[in-house]
Amino acid sequence: MEKNNKVNPPRRGPGFGPMGRGKPEKPKDFKGSIKKLLTYVRPFYPLMLVAIVFAIAGTVFNIVGPKLLGNITNEVQIAIFGGIAIDLSKITSIGILLIVLYALSFISTLIQGFIMNELTQKISKKLRTDITSKINRLPLKYFDSRSYGDILSIVTNDVDSIGQTLNQSLVTLITSITTIIGVIIMMLTISWIMTLLVIVLLPLSVILMGLIMKHSQKYFGIYQNGLGEINGHIEEVYTGHNIIKVFNASHRSKIEFDRMNKRLYEGTWKSQFFSGLMMPVMSFVGNFSYVAISVVGGILAISGKIMIGGIQSMLQYVGRINQPLMRIAQSFNQLQSTAAAAERVFTFLEAEEMIAEDSLIETLEDVKGDIEFSHVKFGYDESIPIIHDFSMKAKSGQKIAIVGPTGAGKTTIVNLLMRFYEVNDGDILIDGVSTKSLKRNNVHALFGMVLQDSWLFEGTIKDNLIYSNPNTTLEEVRNACRLANIDHFIESLPGGYDMVLDENSSISQGQKQLLTIARAMIANPPMLILDEATSSVDTRTEILIQEAMDALMKGRTTFVIAHRLSTIRNADLILVMKDGNIIETGTHLELIAQDGFYKDLYNSQFETIES
Amino acid sequence: MIKLLRYMKWWYWLIIVGMVGVVYQQVSFDLSIPEYIGNIITYIGVGAQTGVSQTSNILLEGLKMLGVVFGSITCTIIVGYIAARMGAALSRNLREGIYDKVDSFAMTEMMEFSTPSLITRSTNDISQVQMAFIFTLRMAITAPIMAIKGISKIVGISNELSLPVAIGIAMIIFLITAIFIVVFPRFKKIQTLTDELNLVTRENLTGIRVIRAFNSETYQEDKFEVVNDTLTKNNLEVNRAMAFMMPGMTIVMNGVNLAIIWTGAILINRLALGASPIEGLSLQTQFVTYANQIIMSFMMLIMLFIMVPRAQVSGKRIDEVLKKGLSIFESKTPAKNSEKLNKRLIQFREVNFRYNGADECVIKDFNLEINKGETVAFIGSTGSGKSSLINLIPRFYDVTKGEILIHGINVKDYSQEDLHELIGYVPQSGTLFSGTIRSNMQVGKEDATDEEILEALEIANASEFVSQLELGLDAVISQGGKNFSGGQKQRLSIARAIVRNPEIYIFDDSFSALDYKTDKLLRKALNEKLPNSTKLIVAQRIGTILTADKIVVLEQGKLVGVGTHETLLNDCAVYREIALSQLSQEEIEHGKK
Repeated sequence: MEKNNKVNPPRRGPGFGPMGRGKPEKPKDFKGSIKKLLTYVRPFYPLMLVAIVFAIAGTVFNIVGPKLLGNITNEVQIAIFGGIAIDLSKITSIGILLIVLYALSFISTLIQGFIMNELTQKISKKLRTDITSKINRLPLKYFDSRSYGDILSIVTNDVDSIGQTLNQSLVTLITSITTIIGVIIMMLTISWIMTLLVIVLLPLSVILMGLIMKHSQKYFGIYQNGLGEINGHIEEVYTGHNIIKVFNASHRSKIEFDRMNKRLYEGTWKSQFFSGLMMPVMSFVGNFSYVAISVVGGILAISGKIMIGGIQSMLQYVGRINQPLMRIAQSFNQLQSTAAAAERVFTFLEAEEMIAEDSLIETLEDVKGDIEFSHVKFGYDESIPIIHDFSMKAKSGQKIAIVGPTGAGKTTIVNLLMRFYEVNDGDILIDGVSTKSLKRNNVHALFGMVLQDSWLFEGTIKDNLIYSNPNTTLEEVRNACRLANIDHFIESLPGGYDMVLDENSSISQGQKQLLTIARAMIANPPMLILDEATSSVDTRTEILIQEAMDALMKGRTTFVIAHRLSTIRNADLILVMKDGNIIETGTHLELIAQDGFYKDLYNSQFETIES
Repeated sequence: MIKLLRYMKWWYWLIIVGMVGVVYQQVSFDLSIPEYIGNIITYIGVGAQTGVSQTSNILLEGLKMLGVVFGSITCTIIVGYIAARMGAALSRNLREGIYDKVDSFAMTEMMEFSTPSLITRSTNDISQVQMAFIFTLRMAITAPIMAIKGISKIVGISNELSLPVAIGIAMIIFLITAIFIVVFPRFKKIQTLTDELNLVTRENLTGIRVIRAFNSETYQEDKFEVVNDTLTKNNLEVNRAMAFMMPGMTIVMNGVNLAIIWTGAILINRLALGASPIEGLSLQTQFVTYANQIIMSFMMLIMLFIMVPRAQVSGKRIDEVLKKGLSIFESKTPAKNSEKLNKRLIQFREVNFRYNGADECVIKDFNLEINKGETVAFIGSTGSGKSSLINLIPRFYDVTKGEILIHGINVKDYSQEDLHELIGYVPQSGTLFSGTIRSNMQVGKEDATDEEILEALEIANASEFVSQLELGLDAVISQGGKNFSGGQKQRLSIARAIVRNPEIYIFDDSFSALDYKTDKLLRKALNEKLPNSTKLIVAQRIGTILTADKIVVLEQGKLVGVGTHETLLNDCAVYREIALSQLSQEEIEHGKK
């Protein structure tokens, strides 16, 4: 809870306390989503059917109870009114029958619970596994246009919501319907007049329930919005705490806060009040039927049309018929938000994947490292090309610098080289072989990548380093780390190479960068992609990083997203980018001579000295 | 959690006392219903035996029952209404309390709790406490009253019939406790496992390029599967235990009912229940209802014991914030900054500063004088203390030793409001607030006119992109300014400071998000348009500070050099090293010309 400083899944749906019943999220296509969900769980149908049978059995065994209990009372009544002794043996046999029925009901319900639990967990697990492997089959384009939070929320919240529905709503729906039908049948066997009475009163509870639900959903909406609003305000004020202080803006944000807090208070108490009314009002309607049954039953009993046991049974049945109604209503609400969740999950699972490449058989090994861009055309949106007709050749071991102001689209080149995105037209060739004819895995293996957001995963330092090749020996790892200037630092850490990296590890940005350099060294690829940004690194680490990068670049064809002038000037080729496009290419001297955008960019950094 | 009850006003307690009365009335109503049914049964007996019509008697009982039913629902609605209002009021008061408290915090306290944690405490934890409080208010009053009244009704009727009730209660308590003993530790584990699942997925998403580059998709999938497996296993165990809950409670309730009716029949047969067999039957019927009510009330009590401790954790976390002592105090006799004659605008005298809980000072024996209108740059490697030093001026932190004077007056002697009035502060990350561009600019100055704002935007090099926005100054800024780029946010936050027209500008590493060209243009504009104000700049890039009047070089909290670029290059080794790491020898020489 405390560590929500990164991308966290947004909270969706009501999911708030036992009384929390907000308006359910509506799916765009309820039927379609439920259908997809049903298709997905088809392999589990037989088991599900067994569970349903046990659920019905458990309910039925239980429903017979009150009637039989009433029969015991009837025996007593017969004896009293007839002035004879009670037939205890008959009572004993009813008692034993009841014990058996109760036990059967217990066991059936338990078995149903176990089976549904097993099913639900298996399905949830399968969903999560499928989603995760789906992530790896989707093109990067998919992720670049969506927030991580949304996808995270699918894996956790939405899958949970589906699991819960399967486990609860489905069973509740079935047992509730069974109960209502069963109770009505049982009541009919006792007295049709009183049954009619109960059924006539049912609409009253449905109407009242509907009224309360409508209000409570409305106010829950207000409550939820109010909560979202004030939480957003709190987050903002706390995050900008020092700004608010130094600008003397405290009282102004407090006025805002007070206004929101007041509104939230109204929403809170109203929603709490109405949702809290549900149960009492249900039992009120129950009591109403109760009175009716007692009075009518009493009158009927005197004329001998019904026995006291019958009244007792009827009273018990009345108590059981309103609850299922409420539960059915709730289940339908839950089903709605589940359909919305299922919709998101299946939209994700059905998203278009990367082109299959099983037919590609060529494998490129022992690569020299010649790279050629041949008439490359590319746009993130195909209709808006940003690279129009770009050609370039780099020989093995050369250094190519990519420069341009922030937001110029320097990562586009990385995306294309690594085939994270496919070119729209033209070709990229490695040692004269078109990368399109190679499997993506093969292309990836040819490049080492050191990016600015030096990505490390939670695990030991060693695991992080040998990511590409798990068979690397410790000695090899250490050699690479020495070259990357990081061996000494790792050795000084508690646990050394086995230290676990996580969010709390006190590893600086610069050290992380050194680790990713070491990782690239261990992968030992013929070609490299580097991102040189070092603005948040202190001077000394920056020197270490520079040395490590120089060591890494030795003998490898390298693309550098460059910020350092020395790198740029020593590059064999400079690609100048602006607004997503490559606008100039050449060496430093050539570009300066061109007197274009590059010269302007270059000079802007030293203007203060010159002026 | 109990401590939080001080956020209830005194008269809330009177209302609670009133509530107890209403609840008592409601329970009395509810528990009288079985009596009427018992009466009806007695009338049936009388009718059957005497042949005299009992219809009017039964109808009268029915009417009485109706009255009771309406009475009960009225009481319930009243109780529900009060509980809802009080719960909402408590959370409103708490929320305001914690908000005000956090507002009074200095950076030390903010850091100690961490901002995300404070946010959780002010939002999630409050909601938890509110839910628990409303639940408690309803249950904690009703359950005991119901249990006691119910027991008092059946007590003395028959020991034989009371026994199954007692056993039933014991079994319910055992069942629920047993389930929760199994389930609780696993609940916590599931929470951590869910976090872990999130973490791995987040890794898969944020590291997607690296994972693909290293062809490690399978590695990540395997890793996810391990967590997925453990999570599933724990979920299975929890739900298996929970599967006992409903059928378990049903069988206990059913068993108790059966036992009462069965035993009742035997007792009636022996004439051991009630004065007459028909009265015995009536008593037995009432007994069943009372028994069910009593068992229900015990279930409520157990739920209470399970729910409340969970909210307790939240309550404690809220209380920690409310009780936190402050590290910075307002001066009791604030000085009025009337004469601004002193040429030495800012003076640092023997300043030492140590973060709370740290062993070593980040600023050691620091002395410096800054004159009006000067541009002073602070440079040094990360951890050299340059940001810490500058944060002492607006009193984000207070010095540990020594003093900082503005216009010859110790910053601690100003009222915080007056002190902040002198300062225009620009943070490292361009923090914006949701609203419009105009409302963000007016954070700097409440009554700033459009003209003032436009001028500030002009100086901050932001007018170009603002004027391109369709709504101009009314363009919407979303939370955290997410709809603007880093460089744009930075320029807007600079403009916000300019709107105030302060004497002193503090730029805490505010230029690194800008590209070189914008950086240059902006500094040029600042120098030309605001020549009289004093500018303090913390910077990473040498290029940013070359033209400063004074460059202050810090290393490990100590001042190691003051001067201009030229002089420092010659006589400050640390500065030379920094310069060399960013510029080539040739460029430095080039610059010297």
